[in-house]
Amino acid sequence: MIERNTGQIVGINGNMITVKFDTFVTQNEVAYAVIGDKKLKCEVIRIRGANADLQVFESTNGLKIHDMVEFTDELLSVELGPGLLTMVYDGLQNPLDRLAERTGFFLERGLYMPPLDEVKKWDFTSIVKVGDSINAGTYVGRVPEGIYTHYICAPFDLKGTWTVESIIANGSYNIREKIAVITSETGDKKEVTMTQRWPVKIPITCYMEKVSPEKTLITQNRIIDTFFPVAVGGTFCTPGPFGAGKTVLQHSISQYAQTDIVIICACGERAGEVVEILKEYPQLEDPRTGRTLMERSVIICNTSSMPVAAREASVYTAVTLAEYYRQMGLNTLLLADSTSRWAQAMREMSGRLEEIPGEEGFPAYLESLVASFYERAGLVKLNNGSLGSVTIGGAVSPAGGNFEEPVTQATLKVIGAFLGLSRQRAEARRFPSIHPLESWSHYKSIVDEKMIEKARQTLRKGNEVNQMMSVVGEEGTSIDDYTIYLKSEFLDSVYLQQNTFDAIDGASDEERQKHVFTRVINILDARFNFKDKEEARKFFVELRQIFIDWNYMKFKCDKFQYHENSINSKLKEFAHA
Amino acid sequence: MRKVYHKILQVSGNVITVEAEGVAYNDLAEITTKRGVSLAQVIRLNHNKVYLQIFAGSRGVSTNDEVRFLGKQMQVSSSENLMGRVFNGAGEPRDKRPAIMEKMKEIGGPSVNPAKRIIPKRMVRTGIPMIDLFNSLVVSQKIPIFSVAGEPYNPLMARIAMQAEVDVIILGGMGLKYDDYLYFKNTLDEHGALTRTVMFVHTASDPVVECLLVPDMSLAVAEAYAIEGKNVLVLLTDMTNFSDALKEIAITMEQIPSNRGYPGDLYSQLASRYEKAVDLEGAGSITILAVTTMPGDDVTHPVPDNTGYITEGQYYLKNGRIEPFGSLSRLKQQVNGDTRKDHRAIMDTMIRLYSSYKETCEKQSMGFKMSNWDNKLLKYGAFFESRMMDLSVNIPLEEALDLGWKTLAECFEKAETGMKTDLLNEFWPKT
Repeated sequence: MIERNTGQIVGINGNMITVKFDTFVTQNEVAYAVIGDKKLKCEVIRIRGANADLQVFESTNGLKIHDMVEFTDELLSVELGPGLLTMVYDGLQNPLDRLAERTGFFLERGLYMPPLDEVKKWDFTSIVKVGDSINAGTYVGRVPEGIYTHYICAPFDLKGTWTVESIIANGSYNIREKIAVITSETGDKKEVTMTQRWPVKIPITCYMEKVSPEKTLITQNRIIDTFFPVAVGGTFCTPGPFGAGKTVLQHSISQYAQTDIVIICACGERAGEVVEILKEYPQLEDPRTGRTLMERSVIICNTSSMPVAAREASVYTAVTLAEYYRQMGLNTLLLADSTSRWAQAMREMSGRLEEIPGEEGFPAYLESLVASFYERAGLVKLNNGSLGSVTIGGAVSPAGGNFEEPVTQATLKVIGAFLGLSRQRAEARRFPSIHPLESWSHYKSIVDEKMIEKARQTLRKGNEVNQMMSVVGEEGTSIDDYTIYLKSEFLDSVYLQQNTFDAIDGASDEERQKHVFTRVINILDARFNFKDKEEARKFFVELRQIFIDWNYMKFKCDKFQYHENSINSKLKEFAHA
Repeated sequence: MRKVYHKILQVSGNVITVEAEGVAYNDLAEITTKRGVSLAQVIRLNHNKVYLQIFAGSRGVSTNDEVRFLGKQMQVSSSENLMGRVFNGAGEPRDKRPAIMEKMKEIGGPSVNPAKRIIPKRMVRTGIPMIDLFNSLVVSQKIPIFSVAGEPYNPLMARIAMQAEVDVIILGGMGLKYDDYLYFKNTLDEHGALTRTVMFVHTASDPVVECLLVPDMSLAVAEAYAIEGKNVLVLLTDMTNFSDALKEIAITMEQIPSNRGYPGDLYSQLASRYEKAVDLEGAGSITILAVTTMPGDDVTHPVPDNTGYITEGQYYLKNGRIEPFGSLSRLKQQVNGDTRKDHRAIMDTMIRLYSSYKETCEKQSMGFKMSNWDNKLLKYGAFFESRMMDLSVNIPLEEALDLGWKTLAECFEKAETGMKTDLLNEFWPKT
């Protein structure tokens, strides 16, 4: 047993402490600052001579010069194993419900609890047998976790090939029990339990290769799936000024996206928003599985009033959990709200370290950190040949709603789909307020590209006509141009806009989107005979009314069919054959 | 007996440096100068150098003045006896009555465990249609009034406070004009609310740094009351002054500024205060109504911008009216589904039409011919402004909804509203 490595505090500045260490330290290792009978978790972020700078994940109130710091020689890690689903963690993987049982209303500093239930027994079935060769990430056994089969993986940090020396008989065990012993080629022995620890800032790379994401991730949001699709294993971002509906959009995606696991990372945002998820998801049913949404979710919640350094850790904790479930061949979706708060946490720390700032005070390494975070997404072919994916969606909260700021720009460089939310659209109550002309996506849509191009052209032209009308007035606009404008408005209000708070309109599956979009395109294609603008406007107002009612009807029910017929007959009133 | 230090090494802005041993981070100290005794707080430790921020300002501090460390953090009493009392920014009585030392509580305590919060579901009725109908205020909401100097934001805040049914009102004034302080005091008195009010008032003539403690003290007291089951309304005016004080300290400490001189942690600083708003499971609640004045009416200024990302919406007060655009209550969805089933539809439709009215106004100002539709909108816009936006209107929500239908029926055909047919059939006024 090596003597415990310690040091003492020589400086305190906000949540950064400077520690003079006795023997050695490792960059990014975890340490504990001792205050009375409490220990505050810290992470080494810079070493200079005999001094190390540490960020403290808690309030530093009351710490003194000469107070002791204990180093652990372990990088900031999370525990991976069965029982993660349905949990609510803070940024350092402390279970919030269990903290509440211990300390009541308030979060007490210096209190850390095991992230997984250590008592619960899991039905373990072995997959490997004695004498089998295994590598990092090989499935050793499996346990049922809710609706999924949770594969117990060999430690992800194994080097080379190991041999199974013993494996426990099938039966019920808790996560602390030894389930296997493995030996390396050089004779080292290792005990395996159902859990393992993994440093959050290092990606898990136990797979054969990354493959290019092709399949569309159905989010059931019309404007996303049809116009700006996201791929399974892709990345997207939703920047927008406050009040533009970022969080509502993220909630809607987390609720309706057709994916196996959803990891929600509430990073430096409002606690109230997390509470909605916490209290509602256990009640809401996931139509794909018939179970509650909570059973496919893990929530990482480090809200804005919780310590800033833990906020920085929270996105890494979240993406590590996503990668873990990917290793089981599942499709996981990570939603981070908001990555700007994460960037601000880095800025605060960088400021304390007195680093030379880049633009707007953000550190110069912001871009590379943002890039390496999003690069942890992807569709991968695992060693056993099956596919698993991590899709990352990050909300960005640009200062002043200005997309030119560093975080948005750094994000735009590395993502596959940009869903820009616009203040104008939000103020006109056009939700979701994704801007149809400024957003883009590199991924494949669920409908034919030609149809989308047609719709886009209508929107573009409609916008031009609208701008022209504000200069020359309605009377100076030809009836043909005016009709194009009305068509684009029609497309906007019946298809791009969607009422998230309505159970039917809020979730539109792939089949329905294809069906409805074809109908919309028919209308955009139609040529009309209007005698004047008043008549044209009236026609579209009425058509819109029927269409909106139609959107609120259950797909393919009798009323739905009936309304579709009335749309057709309405169309015949003025359209050419 | 605590050790007294006599050697001040450095005075820079409102921050002084002394050499001392055994001092804890964030602890309080007392500094005795020719001008009197002032509180100071440890804001940085570096070896044996201690950096202190002096709340009364450093003017007149001499290098041989006396610094005494108190060995404790800033505390405030959370006793029931606080009600009806007025304190200054350092927590000392302002009303010439004795200080209260019982039930002392540290300020700026840890945050509430999100797992112990409940979803806010109780609406606060204010009698103002722009709030009740369009952006409902909810118990435990944190919401600022965005405004510019000269607008009646303090009267608006006082009016909401008077109409809201709460157990305790806590007023935190930062850089408050003396007139405004008297206005609050008189209004509270008139409505008999003074006995359930606690005031922490830092006036414009007090030292700037002293206002830094006001939100923390107000919220610490609110928290103590809320745990005892009370519903507390905290009024904070004006948070821009608070942010400016933060900026001043940050610059003195040679921190790298992020945007227009404000420190990089402005967001976290504001959030740790606003996030104290809470509806506690099995106990009381804290609702925060704040004022953020926007320099130059610029919503992208760092203070309103950061605030907007933290708070659950904002009321945008301009030209004496709450503007429908720019105002938002994020919690309205929690309550406006249970009031009356036409509430949401009326809210969306009226705003959408008012937005069209604004476009028509632009067209009109450019001299274009008004179409039939434009004329309808013009008529509607005028009604909307006088019946809904005017701050003198004081009617309950249900009346406001009926007035909404009436207004729509007076201006439009059914289909032109774009509402669902079954709602139209039920609520459209019969002629």
